[in-house]
Amino acid sequence: MKSLQELAEIRERSKGKVALREGHNEIRIVVGMATCGIAAGARPVLSALVEEVEKQGVSDKATVSQTGCIGICRLEPIVEVFEVGKEKITYVKMTPEKAKQIVSEHIKGGKPVYEYTIGEK
Amino acid sequence: MKELSLNILDIAQNSIKANAKHVEILLKREGDRLTIQISDDGTGMSPAFAAEAANPFTTTRTTRKVGMGLPLFKMAAEQTGGTFSLTSRQAQWEGDAHGTTVTATFDTAHVDCEPLGDITETILTLIQGNPDLSLTYVYHSQAGEQRLSTDEMREVLGDDVPLNSPEVLAWAREYLQETP
Repeated sequence: MKSLQELAEIRERSKGKVALREGHNEIRIVVGMATCGIAAGARPVLSALVEEVEKQGVSDKATVSQTGCIGICRLEPIVEVFEVGKEKITYVKMTPEKAKQIVSEHIKGGKPVYEYTIGEK
Repeated sequence: MKELSLNILDIAQNSIKANAKHVEILLKREGDRLTIQISDDGTGMSPAFAAEAANPFTTTRTTRKVGMGLPLFKMAAEQTGGTFSLTSRQAQWEGDAHGTTVTATFDTAHVDCEPLGDITETILTLIQGNPDLSLTYVYHSQAGEQRLSTDEMREVLGDDVPLNSPEVLAWAREYLQETP
């Protein structure tokens, strides 16, 4: 049985770690989570991004957040990547597999996966 | 929508957009009857807007003129012979109660009933995107009751650990996956 008490252990463990996490998030990964996005499969894309950012060790520089309708519903699920000093990258028709690849090549490796961006076919 | 849990996520996003501080998601199974209720303390709708809210050509979105969230949820319920209702209240004076409640019932034995799907992922998605939201989730069935309250989680965690930190989300996933 999981209990709330386990959260107290998490609290203990995270003491002192908190300060390290703040102020280094120069990359923002945003997932469109309006009706169009959700219907097209945004929920598993979001959870893959959250998981991979943690697993691939880039949580100190990238955060994953949610937004409403981005405006091009027929290309959902859409993921936008905002990076300080760089042009916004918009990924369309996303899947959890593509999400994994984007975290490793773009977020970790610094090279956008242009093949999945809005301009490409 | 492929699963009712996705409709629930979508309706709860409306609550968050309406500036709700507290959202309650209630699921109740009684035999073949499934009741889903999403209630919030958001700004609420005017009576005229509430009356038309389940019409696809009513929306607050600015990107286009259609809003499919409530119509899809209503259709999902009614195509099983179930029901859909929406009540909403805007504050009439400072400090007045306000919010919206959406309730739908489903006949889960009906051939056109969507599966409930992954409700755990829906709750986790809501916590991930809205770590400061007060969210209560209750799933009541013959087997018992499962309940998750982010207020209770926060009480134990204190203010230093955000509810959407990976360890906390992992805990919530395991907690929700334990069947009552």
